[in-house]
Amino acid sequence: MSNRAIIAIKFFAFPACLIPLGVLIYQGFTNTLGPDPVATITHTTGFWTLYFLLLSLAITPVRRLSRRLAWLIRFRRMLGLFAFFYVTLHLTTYIWLYSGFNVATMVEDISKRRFIMVGMLGWTCLFLLAITSTTWSIRKLGGKRWTMLHRLAYVAAIAGVIHYWWLVKPGVHTPWKVTAVLGILLLARVVWVVRESARKRKVAVVA
Amino acid sequence: MLIRKPSDIPSSEITAKSDYLNRRKFIAGGAAVLGAAAFGADRLGKILSPSETVSATSKLATVSSPYSAKGLTLTSFQDITTYNNFYEFGTGKQDPSHNAWKLKTSPWSVKVDGEVKNKKVFDIDALMKLHPLEERVYRHRCVEAWSLVVPWIGYSLSEFIKQCEPLSSARYVQFLSVDNPSEEPGIRSVDLHWPYSEGLRMDEAMHPLTLLTFGLYGQTLPNQDGAPVRIVLPWKYGYKSAKSIVHIRFVKDQPRTTWNEAAPSQYGFYSNVNPDVDTVPWSQKYERIIGAPFWKARQPTVIFNGYGDQVASLYKGMNLRKDF
Repeated sequence: MSNRAIIAIKFFAFPACLIPLGVLIYQGFTNTLGPDPVATITHTTGFWTLYFLLLSLAITPVRRLSRRLAWLIRFRRMLGLFAFFYVTLHLTTYIWLYSGFNVATMVEDISKRRFIMVGMLGWTCLFLLAITSTTWSIRKLGGKRWTMLHRLAYVAAIAGVIHYWWLVKPGVHTPWKVTAVLGILLLARVVWVVRESARKRKVAVVA
Repeated sequence: MLIRKPSDIPSSEITAKSDYLNRRKFIAGGAAVLGAAAFGADRLGKILSPSETVSATSKLATVSSPYSAKGLTLTSFQDITTYNNFYEFGTGKQDPSHNAWKLKTSPWSVKVDGEVKNKKVFDIDALMKLHPLEERVYRHRCVEAWSLVVPWIGYSLSEFIKQCEPLSSARYVQFLSVDNPSEEPGIRSVDLHWPYSEGLRMDEAMHPLTLLTFGLYGQTLPNQDGAPVRIVLPWKYGYKSAKSIVHIRFVKDQPRTTWNEAAPSQYGFYSNVNPDVDTVPWSQKYERIIGAPFWKARQPTVIFNGYGDQVASLYKGMNLRKDF
C-alpha cells in the first residue's frame, strides 16, 4: 500500500476513533446520557479503552496472515495512543466524578481496592507506552529494548480485563467476550512462536 | 429523616405520568406509520410488540402516611421504570423494562406457611384490600452506589404479619420470588440460586417502615419494578427488597438469601446501608443520584440510608462491621 493511501486512510480513521467521545459529548449536551450519566461515561470510556487495546493487539496476528497486509503496522501506534486517550478519560471520571478530586479519598480507595489497583497498573503501562511511542524514543532506546518495553501492551490488556472481572457482581459473565478476544489474540502469538521455532529447527536439520 | 405534615397532593398528580404514557403511544403511533412506509409490515409488528411498551397498570387510591419523607425530589417515573436491577429479566439496566412484560401477574397468589397459625394462600386482590394503601416516599439505595426517591404504595408488612399470626418459634421471615424461566429469561442466563430468596429477622419485618408494596406513582407496580407485590426496605440495599413475591415463609433459622449465597464476603444477611462498611469491590461512601446531571450526581451516603432514627435500635449491640 502506498504512503499516500495510508495517509488518506488515516485522514478518515483518526476522526473515526474520536466518534465515541463525540457521542458522549453530544449526549452530554442533549441530556441523553441516561438515568446514571456518570456510569454511562465511565463504562463508555472503559469499554473503548479495551476495544482500542484489542484492536492494536490484533494488528500483528492479522498481518501475519498475509504479506499483503503488512501495511497494517502503520496504524498500530495510532490505535495504541487512542487506547491511552480513552483510559485517561476513564481515569479522569474516577478522579473527578467518583472522588471529587480528593487525594486522601483516592489514596485510601486505591490501597483498599484491588480492581482500582489493577486498573492503575493498566493506566501506568499505557502511559509508559504513550510517552515512548515516538520514532525518536525507538532510536534512543534501541529497537530491542523498545520492543521489550512495548510488551507492556500485553500487561495493560490483561490488567484491563482483570479490572473488568473484579468489578462485576458474582453470577455476571459480561466480560467473557473481551476475555475471549484477548485469549485468541494471545494464543495466535503462541501458535506463531511455536510454528516459527519448529520451522527454524527444520531448516537447521536440513542444513 | 424529617416527619412533617402529610402533603395534600399525592405525587401521582404532580408528575405527568399520563403525558409520559401518551407520549409513548404517540411515538409508537408515529413510528408505526413511518415504519410501515419505510420497512414494511414485519417492522411494524416489532414496533407494536409489547416489549416496546410499558406494561399495563391501573390507578390506586391511597391515604397519606407519617412514614413518607417530605421535601425530597422524586426520581422520574421514566427512570424508575427503565433503570432496574431485576436479574430474572437480565443483568442490563434496561433488560427488565424490555423483558418484564412476559411475566403474567394475573392471576397471582401468595402462599404463606412455616411457623404460622394461618397457613394460607392469599389472592393478590384480597392481599391488597387487607389494609388501606398508603403512599410512602422513600429513599432507595442500590448496593451499586446509586440512589432513587420513589413514591411507593403499600402498607406496613406488620399489618399482614399480624393477620397471619406467626408462632413464637418464628424468628425470621423468608420471601421467595416467582421462578418461571419461560416468562423470566434471566433465570436461565444468570448464574444465581433461583428462586430469588430474601429474608428478615422478625423484628425487622415487623418494623413499620417495612413496606408490603403494590404500586408506585399512584398506580400498580410496573412489572419491571416487582409486580404485583414486593417488599421495600428503605434502610437496606435494594437487593434486600424482594420483588414479585409468591411465597412467604415464617422460619426458625436465618433463611438463605440469594446474593449472600453468591458471595458471602460481599453481601451480608443484614445489608444495612453503611458508608463505612464496603464489602463489595467499590466504595459506599458516596452515591450517584439517578437523573441528576453528571457533575452534580455525587452525594454522601448516610448510615441506614438516613433512617437511623427509626431503625438503629434494631441493631443495638451488634457489630455492624461483622454483621454487615
